[in-house]
Amino acid sequence: MALLKSNKVIYCLGNISPSLGVLSTRNSSWWGGVQMGPPDPILGVSEAFKKDSNPKKMNLGVGAYRDDQGKPFVLSCVRKAEAIISSKQMDKEYLGIGGLGEFTKSCAQLAFGNDAEVLKSGRHITVQTISGTGSLRIGGNFLSRFHGGPRDVYLPKPSWGNHTPIFKDAGMQLKGYRYYDPSTCGFDFTGALDDISKIPEQSVIMLHACAHNPTGVDPRPEQWKEISDIVKKRNLLVFFDMAYQGFASGDIDRDAWAVRYFVEQGHNILLSQSFAKNMGLYGERVGGFTVVCKDAEEAKRVESQLKILIRPIYSNPPMNGARIAATILNTPDLYSVWLGEVKEMAERIIRMREELTAGLKKEGSSKNWQHVIDQIGMFCFTGLKPEQVERLTKEFSVYMTKDGRISMAGVTSGNVGYLAQGIHAVTK
Amino acid sequence: MSVFGEVALAAPVAVFKLSQDFNNDQFPNKVNLGVGAYRTDEGKPWVLPVVKKVEKVIVHDDSLNHEYLPILGLPEFRSSASKIALGEDSPAIQENRVGAVQCLGGTGALKMGAEFLRRFYNGNNNTKTPVYVSSPTWENHNAVFANAGFDDVRPYKYWDAANRGLDLAGFLGDLESCPAHSIFVLHACAHNPTGTDPTQEQWQLIAEVMMRRQLFVFFDSAYQGFASGNLDKDAWAVRYFVSMGFEMFCAQSFSKNFGLYNERVGNLTIVARDADNLKRVLSQMEKIVRTTWSNPPSQGARIVAVTLTSPELFSQWKDNVKTMANRVLLMRAQLKAKLQALGTAGTWDHITEQIGMFSFTGLNPKQVEYMVKERHIYLMASGRINMCGLTSKNIDYVAESIHETVTNVH
Repeated sequence: MALLKSNKVIYCLGNISPSLGVLSTRNSSWWGGVQMGPPDPILGVSEAFKKDSNPKKMNLGVGAYRDDQGKPFVLSCVRKAEAIISSKQMDKEYLGIGGLGEFTKSCAQLAFGNDAEVLKSGRHITVQTISGTGSLRIGGNFLSRFHGGPRDVYLPKPSWGNHTPIFKDAGMQLKGYRYYDPSTCGFDFTGALDDISKIPEQSVIMLHACAHNPTGVDPRPEQWKEISDIVKKRNLLVFFDMAYQGFASGDIDRDAWAVRYFVEQGHNILLSQSFAKNMGLYGERVGGFTVVCKDAEEAKRVESQLKILIRPIYSNPPMNGARIAATILNTPDLYSVWLGEVKEMAERIIRMREELTAGLKKEGSSKNWQHVIDQIGMFCFTGLKPEQVERLTKEFSVYMTKDGRISMAGVTSGNVGYLAQGIHAVTK
Repeated sequence: MSVFGEVALAAPVAVFKLSQDFNNDQFPNKVNLGVGAYRTDEGKPWVLPVVKKVEKVIVHDDSLNHEYLPILGLPEFRSSASKIALGEDSPAIQENRVGAVQCLGGTGALKMGAEFLRRFYNGNNNTKTPVYVSSPTWENHNAVFANAGFDDVRPYKYWDAANRGLDLAGFLGDLESCPAHSIFVLHACAHNPTGTDPTQEQWQLIAEVMMRRQLFVFFDSAYQGFASGNLDKDAWAVRYFVSMGFEMFCAQSFSKNFGLYNERVGNLTIVARDADNLKRVLSQMEKIVRTTWSNPPSQGARIVAVTLTSPELFSQWKDNVKTMANRVLLMRAQLKAKLQALGTAGTWDHITEQIGMFSFTGLNPKQVEYMVKERHIYLMASGRINMCGLTSKNIDYVAESIHETVTNVH
């Protein structure tokens, strides 16, 4: 239906006429000055992997779980929940801005424990968010608008790559505290306490609840206790990112221990939860954002403001994934199936860690690979240097991020030997 | 002492508060003419038959999983959705200068477009570029652009209350006098809340000024197909602007025309000068998406993509859309007829001249309050009614109520 009123077009500025195809340059476009954005470091790895024709190639980039055949895994509790939902033939009316009530309620219960005081007293608000990213962003926006303290969010060094741009775009500034010790491939406990003790009061500190991304290095319970003490002393606002509850140890209560301990200790935390990994609901974008408040009245005020923040971004959240998650969490049969499947996923990862370490020993590596077993969750910070990573990719078609992080989920009993070969070759 | 001790209780969003009040009302003959969602003649939500069909297929397809979509969304969704807006044979598509970002509903598409424009349009981070939204407009337009960082969101003249029609002279006047490079949010069809659209001739005049003054075209297309019942007819304005050579954005929603409200299915269609510009724009869009929601939800986009790419399902969808549009047209015709039969003061032609889900009745705030409090008929303070809230069972009651209100309340 091209309806060129050519008489009128002629009087327009020549550089906007589509007929001047030959002269269509950057200069005649609104976007001439727009630079090509850099490829996302994590997702860019997958792109490169796709293009590789080596039959032995391995994608150890993105943190998405794979089964022992290297295939995506749809949990059976998810399929069952979907069948139940399908049979109910529900309508598709808009959710409220804060999302599906059955979901947000059980989301908070999962994090804090069913009998938690913070739930009973109603002194928390949980809103449904667009998975973990959406939750962190809403949290960042909320801090930016309402937090009276310093603009700084302190991230562990290193942290998930997307934390920084999320908080920046939300209007916060980023600082760091020591966390990973490259000399041990473990936790720099003294460094962390030292740095945290110097953080200005009322600053925001981000803590990974379990299965730290990218290092897989988590504090031990007694270390968490000391962190809690120093954070309290410094009067810092705690923001927990919990993207792997259940996925780390296989036990949902164990993985939530730090979160629950902090709340018991009186920290009124912010909490982001994701169900991408532990329910395999990646593309359905299921998450929650919680603010633990002084009392129920404050929670109501905070809730009202969260809605004001959410409305101009996407109005209200998507139903499908939240409905699946709520069905699983609230149906006892499905819930126990889920616990079993989450354990299964975590245990396969743990097995792969053991096999990789054994494999490296078998290859004759003289290096200490204990950290591969000590680290927890989806990711392993191998300790490989950028040049070694590059070689591993170029010579063995093993794809991972430059920081030496591998997703253990991409390792299978079929390829773990090859991986050990490759890692040994570039590190010997 | 709480960190959030100073956080004030925010006022609830009006349209949702209205629904809440309606739900709490015990009056047996209450009517909800508030929120913009389609209702059947039984006053019930309607899941489109084609959607039910496709959902069944999806749930039984074991080859499908829940993996992450790419950052910009499901490719088949993006391209088929843009085709719906621009037309199958769009020259711009053939010239490889049309791209899209799958977003969370129409709101999400507006948000992404706004965030991009704030960063890259009219210089970098030019938060002072005026953004014009129609007077009146969907209440969330202001917030979307303000929250994206624009300091100056202003109204352009649109609704002529006295004549209950388009204030074309005012509209054109604002286009002529606004600062160069201003951004204008245009309703592609079925203007929300007035239901009053420019005619084709009027669109041509609007386009001429916008081209000459180098204003940015940002279409909001939330009702394609829903307005007249015909997809192509409802897309006329968007396609005309593309044919005129504009680089522009079009925020598409599939909430209403697919009835997929809660799955948040939207698409930001980008028409650029050429493929190279498009590529760079999309690469920057990815960065914005990544810090907002990382990648969009899968379910709704799958349903739409499967439907649009199957000739049979596409045809069924068009029928479903027609069903909805026709019911609205019927209610419009009947409401006007009843008001005229009652001899209600004033003219009521605007009920059938206006198009889409909404009608700007012309009731003033006092009359609206009377309708809500005394007659238990819930409508927005602006006098906006959702025609979908009318049914063969309640239309007499509504007509009588309007009659009584107009007669007794001034």
